[in-house]
Amino acid sequence: MIHFVLLISRQGKVRLTKWYSPYTQKERSKVIRELSGMILTRGPKLCNFVEWRGFKVVYKRYASLYFCMCINQEDNELEVLEIIHHYVEILDRYFGSVCELDLIFNFHKAYYILDEVLIAGELQESSKKTVARLVAAQDSLVEAAKEEAASISNIIAQATK
Amino acid sequence: MSGTGGPSLIDSLFQRTLDDLIKGIRLHIPGASQSTFISKSLDEIRREIKSTDLQTKSIALQKLTYLHSLHHIDMSWAAFHAVELTSSSSFIHKKTGYLAASLSFRSSIDVLLLLTNQLRKDLGSNNQHEVSLALECLSVICTPDFARDLTPDIFTLLTSSKSFIKKKAIACLLMVFSQYPDAVRVCFKRLVENLESAGDNNAQVLAATVGVFCELATKEPRSYLPLAPEFYRILVESRNNWVLIKVLKIFAQLGKLEPRLAKKVVEPICDHMKRSEAKSLVFECVRTVVSSFYEYEFAVKLAVEKIREFLMDSDLNLRYLGLQGLLLVAPHHLWAVLENKEVVIKSLSDVDRNIKLEALRLVMSMVSDDNVVEICRVLIGYALKSDPEFCNEILRSMLSTCSRNVYEIIIDFDWYVSLLGEMARIPHCQNGEEIEFQLIDIGMRVKDVRPELVRVGRDLLIDPALLGNPFIHRILSAAAWVSGEYIQFSRNPFEIMEALLQPRTNLLPPSIRSVYIHSTFKVLSFCLHSFLLPEEGVNSSLIKVDDIEPGFTYSESEQEFTENDHATSYSSMHKGDTFTQESIVNVLTLVITSLTPLTESHDVEIQERVRNVLGLAQLAQEEICSHHDQKEKMVDKVDLKTSTIVRLINEAFSEDLGPIPFNAQERVPIPNGLVLEDNLSNLDSICADVQLPINESFSLIKPTFLPTDGDSTSNQQNEEDSEVSAAESTSLLAEHRKRHGLFYLPSDTNKKASSSFPPANDPKQGDNDVEDLVKLTEESLVLKRKPNLSRPRPVVVKLDEGDRLPITVKKTDENDDLISGAVRDVLLGNEATSHSNNPSGRRKGKSHSKDKVENSETSSSSKRRSKHRSHGKNVEEKDENSEKSKQKSGGRHKSRRRADGHIDVAVQKPVIPDFLL
Repeated sequence: MIHFVLLISRQGKVRLTKWYSPYTQKERSKVIRELSGMILTRGPKLCNFVEWRGFKVVYKRYASLYFCMCINQEDNELEVLEIIHHYVEILDRYFGSVCELDLIFNFHKAYYILDEVLIAGELQESSKKTVARLVAAQDSLVEAAKEEAASISNIIAQATK
Repeated sequence: MSGTGGPSLIDSLFQRTLDDLIKGIRLHIPGASQSTFISKSLDEIRREIKSTDLQTKSIALQKLTYLHSLHHIDMSWAAFHAVELTSSSSFIHKKTGYLAASLSFRSSIDVLLLLTNQLRKDLGSNNQHEVSLALECLSVICTPDFARDLTPDIFTLLTSSKSFIKKKAIACLLMVFSQYPDAVRVCFKRLVENLESAGDNNAQVLAATVGVFCELATKEPRSYLPLAPEFYRILVESRNNWVLIKVLKIFAQLGKLEPRLAKKVVEPICDHMKRSEAKSLVFECVRTVVSSFYEYEFAVKLAVEKIREFLMDSDLNLRYLGLQGLLLVAPHHLWAVLENKEVVIKSLSDVDRNIKLEALRLVMSMVSDDNVVEICRVLIGYALKSDPEFCNEILRSMLSTCSRNVYEIIIDFDWYVSLLGEMARIPHCQNGEEIEFQLIDIGMRVKDVRPELVRVGRDLLIDPALLGNPFIHRILSAAAWVSGEYIQFSRNPFEIMEALLQPRTNLLPPSIRSVYIHSTFKVLSFCLHSFLLPEEGVNSSLIKVDDIEPGFTYSESEQEFTENDHATSYSSMHKGDTFTQESIVNVLTLVITSLTPLTESHDVEIQERVRNVLGLAQLAQEEICSHHDQKEKMVDKVDLKTSTIVRLINEAFSEDLGPIPFNAQERVPIPNGLVLEDNLSNLDSICADVQLPINESFSLIKPTFLPTDGDSTSNQQNEEDSEVSAAESTSLLAEHRKRHGLFYLPSDTNKKASSSFPPANDPKQGDNDVEDLVKLTEESLVLKRKPNLSRPRPVVVKLDEGDRLPITVKKTDENDDLISGAVRDVLLGNEATSHSNNPSGRRKGKSHSKDKVENSETSSSSKRRSKHRSHGKNVEEKDENSEKSKQKSGGRHKSRRRADGHIDVAVQKPVIPDFLL
């Protein structure tokens, strides 16, 4: 299973972290520090797997972002590489040629999409179309709720409470 | 109205949005100004989050979540607000609340219980997206409490008509099981049923189910053997690579347990390997075959072919995996590695460090006693060419491979010792500690090699350049110790004496310098002994070694030495011109001049040892010089005071140091009346008594010392003290020697113990040295296989374990036990009865596991007979199995009672599920 997902920028800034195995806050910071030190220093044309504390970290760089996933020794590295690519493609489709800024300002959406791709550290949906459809459906629910909240009557109700 | 300290309406209207926050953070330069901004924003958030307006609260929480997830800001204090938002009817608030919860909640948070009801409500919601939110959150933050309380709700969702919900519920089960194993009894059946789901709509459901089984099976495969037919069907029928990879992983586990199963699945796996375009699937097939089905020649051949393709690929990832594949093949089919030897060796100089490491491991896997010399030669060449980091990696793996199982693969120890010496001279070598350990370890374990060891030690010691490299100080320390301890094998003790006393030794740290000085002491006493008491020299300490090793050669000229001229060379060495009056006087002068300055050293250890050496040297100098005129009278020498002392010292040194088992200390019986666990409350009063004399001795520091010496913590002795009586000095030296040994072998907690009590494994070790050594010599002269070695080895093996790897108890999660126990129960159709989380339950689980194998055998055989399943028959078989398990467990009362119980219930429960077969 995937123990955690990290998105790190080339400058070492964290853009997304999702932990499927329990780590304390302290451990999380340590993991991020260790891994960004390890992965960001690797040259461009090397293999995408690094061994780390008895685990394997599969990473791939897309533009300025490193997508990293940590798996067990015996898990399939190529499969995880495909999962990373799968996630990136979905992001790309959703944001329309995604860039780092999209993920910065829509960090919650990146999480929601990830939650449709992975659950409990396993891939849950291998169809990009399905994921896109589900995310769109949720977005429309959100929009509906937003509109309701932003309506004048609501603000008045709030003010006069 | 809003609560105390809550934000005003104006605050709400002009609340900073998430975008504002992010922009603000980006505007500030990382560092102080950014963190000020963040803490200012945090204050705002703290105010806003208390708002009664859910919109304001939601935005505040979202901002906090952002800070938590990307800037590691603690948000556990906001847990209550997150829970509050999850209960909102507005989807956007709910979503924000759940995101915050799943990113930040930990089992320690006390409001967790408040969430249970909300989760239950959302799990039962009509809106599938709300259910999905709850499931996702639960899959991350699941605790035993959640799992227990929500199992029924998840159970319901397992039959959901929406595959979107179903797959999430299934994935969630893994967490639930691990937190609350009893959930297995409720949900397992439905989980298994989902293995049969097929069709496009259900593809993801099947994938999720297989994923759960894959995780469960890696923890405890045996319980899932009965499901092998289902998995087999998926293996053959599925065209979904994600699913196939998981199924292959399951079979990799099951195949190890059930050979007949292996036979069955090998062919479909090979089909996939030949057919598939997806490298991930091909590699999984390869991995499965070489790790679990390595007995099937044709499959392995195919796998190795694929590995070769990977190795030849231009994609570094595939090359890396190819090497990994080879590494998996290596233990059973070394030929595959040898076939690809060139690629492997070439990979040692790859650009990618990971590939280099992998190649190095492979090279190490090829090492055997036949080729170790050749491989090490190649590797040393690579080490010299590589960057420092990888160079040390190479050295480390060479050291660990060669010393594995107490130097199992080393036949020619002379070669190995000189290799160690060579390693020390590699510029980047940072493995000093390991090399130090091995030099001393080999010295103690392998008597044969001592002359060569002394030669290697000498070469290291006499090179003044090496003293400048702090990384090899540890090695020098070993060299010094070896040279002192085995000085009788030295060709030229004087040369070693000079090396030990050379001026550049002041570059050494005190701990190592004191080793040098102590070695000086040994060398000096050896020289004096050989000079004053040449006959005794032959008769006492040396003869001991000599007797032990009939084929042994003293190393005047090791190269051309043979047994025949041993005797002559020996005498030429000791009785010949080496130890003349003059040379001895020179040595004494050298010792005294070089060491005298050190009597005022800051380091206690150095000072004390120096004084010992000087005491002996001065005494000898006095007497020998006064007898200078009458040097023709050899007889006189024996009567000298020095002679007596030297004899005693040499006797003390002549006792051979040997390896001591790791657990030797534990074997010392605790003396009667000694209470180890007693409270040390009265330690202070004892210490008060003890400290006094120590302080006095500190005050002995002479005022003539340099000002900086004022704080010297020396335990120095007065000049008169060094002229103690012979008996006293001997005992003192014996004491030192004891400590000295301790210094070198940290685990040898009781060096003296080797004589005072038998070591753990080889009770007669001390006495048997002779035999052992003979065997060892024969062995190294004649040939390999080491049945005769089996005696000295066991001691060492144990010692090695103790020294190197701390004993790690394999930590099996108790929950895993519970899960597999529950799974067995469910699969055997008696789920409702036992709530086994007590020892007897566990035991019952064990007794069942045997049946499980049979069960699966019957199942797979029946499958072989006909692919179509006949339900009635299977039910029969099931019953038989339960019968069997009943009979089997008859021997054990507890399990019997339980088994009986199961049968009763089984009778009441009419339908035994047929999913087994």
